[in-house]
Amino acid sequence: MRIGVFICHCGSNIAGTVDVRAVAQAAKGFADVVYASDTMYACSEPGQEGIIQAVREHNLDGVVVASCTPRMHEPTFRRTVERAGLNRYCFEMANIREHVSWIGKDTERNTIKATELVRMAVEKLRRNRPLTPKRFDVTKRVLVVGGGVAGIQAALDCAEGGQEVVLVEREQSIGGKMAKLDKTFPTIDCSSCVLGPKMVDVAQHPKITLHTMAEVESVSGYVGNFQVTIRKKARFVDWEKCTGCGLCMEKCPSRKAPDPFNEYLCTAPTINIPFPQAIPKKAAINPETCIMKQKGKCGLCAKICPVKCIDFDQQDELVTVDVGAIVVATGYDLFDWHKYPQYGQGRYPDVITSLQYERLLSASGPTGGHIKRPSDGKEPKTVVFIQCVGSRDRSVDRPYCSGFCCMYTAKQAILTKDHIPDSQSYVFYMDIRSPGKAYDEFTRRAMEEYGAQYVRGRVAMIYPKGDQLIVRGADTLAGTQVEVAADLVVLAVGVEAARGAAVLGEKLRVVPDQYGFFVESHPKLRPVETNTAGVFLAGACQGPKDIPASVAQGSAAAAKVLALLVKDQLESDPQVSRVTPARCVGCGKCVQTCPFGAIKLVEDRFGNPKAEVVETVCQGCGICTVTCPQGAIQLEHFTDNQILAEVQALCPPRIRVNYAS
Amino acid sequence: MRIYDLATAEQDFIAEVAARSHQDVRTCYQCGNCTAGCPYTFVYDYSVSQIMRLIQLGQQETVLRSKSIWLCGSCQSCTTRCPNRIDVAKIMDVCRHMARERGYATEREVKLFADSFLRSVERHGRAFELGLMVDYVLHSGKVFTDLDLAPTALARRKLPFQPHPIVGRDQVERIFQRFRQGGAHA
Repeated sequence: MRIGVFICHCGSNIAGTVDVRAVAQAAKGFADVVYASDTMYACSEPGQEGIIQAVREHNLDGVVVASCTPRMHEPTFRRTVERAGLNRYCFEMANIREHVSWIGKDTERNTIKATELVRMAVEKLRRNRPLTPKRFDVTKRVLVVGGGVAGIQAALDCAEGGQEVVLVEREQSIGGKMAKLDKTFPTIDCSSCVLGPKMVDVAQHPKITLHTMAEVESVSGYVGNFQVTIRKKARFVDWEKCTGCGLCMEKCPSRKAPDPFNEYLCTAPTINIPFPQAIPKKAAINPETCIMKQKGKCGLCAKICPVKCIDFDQQDELVTVDVGAIVVATGYDLFDWHKYPQYGQGRYPDVITSLQYERLLSASGPTGGHIKRPSDGKEPKTVVFIQCVGSRDRSVDRPYCSGFCCMYTAKQAILTKDHIPDSQSYVFYMDIRSPGKAYDEFTRRAMEEYGAQYVRGRVAMIYPKGDQLIVRGADTLAGTQVEVAADLVVLAVGVEAARGAAVLGEKLRVVPDQYGFFVESHPKLRPVETNTAGVFLAGACQGPKDIPASVAQGSAAAAKVLALLVKDQLESDPQVSRVTPARCVGCGKCVQTCPFGAIKLVEDRFGNPKAEVVETVCQGCGICTVTCPQGAIQLEHFTDNQILAEVQALCPPRIRVNYAS
Repeated sequence: MRIYDLATAEQDFIAEVAARSHQDVRTCYQCGNCTAGCPYTFVYDYSVSQIMRLIQLGQQETVLRSKSIWLCGSCQSCTTRCPNRIDVAKIMDVCRHMARERGYATEREVKLFADSFLRSVERHGRAFELGLMVDYVLHSGKVFTDLDLAPTALARRKLPFQPHPIVGRDQVERIFQRFRQGGAHA
């Protein structure tokens, strides 16, 4: 083999703490290396041209680039060597940035380590062979998990782009958190007026299949060919027939269960349509509070239903669907503020969450849009808002900023003044974070035009006095304590990962961060991709996000899906397992251990059982190669011989053994 | 108002407070939760969060000459509420110790009372209330302080005329001796 080695400076990123010239010089002495040089930026256009030229001039048939992580630029350099006329798998990368220059300051030792990593890469490359990827068909359908505003946007954009969409939503209606909001900042436009039409579009779009009250049961397969099983939970109503007339809701005698859509501020009938704009507008029965389901008698809804759609015997239904891509848009949930002792832990009914306050403000809420406090239904004249409840607080393991609470608190202060002109709002804040377009002006309006009194400090105590709540906090700008007697206290509760996100992440092989938010592939350059090919992220499941950001990400994820599904075929990575039939004894252990079901047993022409790898299914994880007692399965480009050669390059044995492939 | 020169922040002071309290004062982001819960704010010259800020700014003189560090009752409200898990009460404590070492006693009576208390404990192994009172009155000259409480306290037999010696009084005394020899922080 004739190998060329290129050591990248990466500006001063590598050259700052690694003597790149010395590494290149040392590389010239490695086996099969006929050319070695250092280059300012290997990934730049002149850098890549330099590699191509060297390949041609020195008649190279293998290339090693020592630079950053292969996650960054391996695809770049594979394309470079391909343009130079080589097989793109006759290429190896040594990571001397993340693994060397960024983590060590000692130039001498860094240079030694970099040289050794390059020696390993050369030894590995010497045993590489040209590989050709296989092609496979793509299923032109996308699964969107989560029907909040991000999922709705992703679904609509994918459908408009011509792809079939399956939208799965856990709740009875799509709409997510946005459907619960009254108005939206910074324009004070009605939330359901802007979201409603989009929800209707989802229901009416011929390319979108909607499953609500459904969850993803299991996922198998890989990019382009996922098999997804969806569990549609029993709703005890035949939605084919239900017209959403609501007669059953009026007659249902069991109506004491708290209403989750209204954030448990009021009760709802057991057979219910959560809100007037619900999509689909179909009734469902909660079996836990249904008298018929619990005691076996009642059935009033079945009697009153004009289309006879009640079915008390309905069971969960499993639906299987093949998709080529998956968009995860599972959103967020709210921090449980009861962890804080200083806000009463639920002892005071007039301490409520911001989302509960939204329901009080909403015309479709339990009070018909009139602000009435939960304890006695009185109109509050003094409202205290407390920000950062479960945000930026290490003591409750929520050190991050939830991002949009500053804005919705300003909005709620404005709306409070709109609803009750003789009211006074107080906002306890730590910092006001309003970096969006027209956001800071909006918070200033809350203070200047609507007279909200902003107090910079936190609240340490709430206690009742008469029918009011005394809120004691600090004003750090005045440097002292402040107290205010409030009729209502609204807690701007922070954002946390949606419940169930961890379980779903496991099914989709999408990794959550330490707080449960899904991790994107690259924080800047691949914000909606995940490290599992074909699975994309949208909205607050990736981190706290307001509506515009969620919508933007929904569209971004859709663009990624469309770019993927526009291809009829995809190439599979050929760095997969390969069976040496002569060695295989047909024990089938590899078949059992393969997590992807990529290995099957076949018979050779003598009728002996032999393992066979389905190349397009194999993900190259290597579990089979360590399982095989015969060493008959080898992972291409990660063969035992290659790994041993790398180890030998790193720590040469006293007696030289020839590990030539 | 005094103008603080940011460039002359006394890094040694910040480091000493941090080392002796085992707290990282940099983690304070001035949310005000400590001040919000502090029951002594009404008598302080600088609120707790301001003391924290002045420490961050390395303003040794201002902190160690403040009244607040002497008036802190160590009730731990600040420590309990701190979202960054800073033991603020401990920092107040450390500042009081440092002020004493430098001979500052902005709240003279608080210092004198603490001294009287410690003398009483050293001598009797526990506080002897009447002796403590006499000691404090002699040192402070405040004859009439809390005199109105005396009839009630006497009637309830909370002010015995004889000290109650405890078992192991000598051991308590040795603690004081060890402290004087050991050069431990006051």
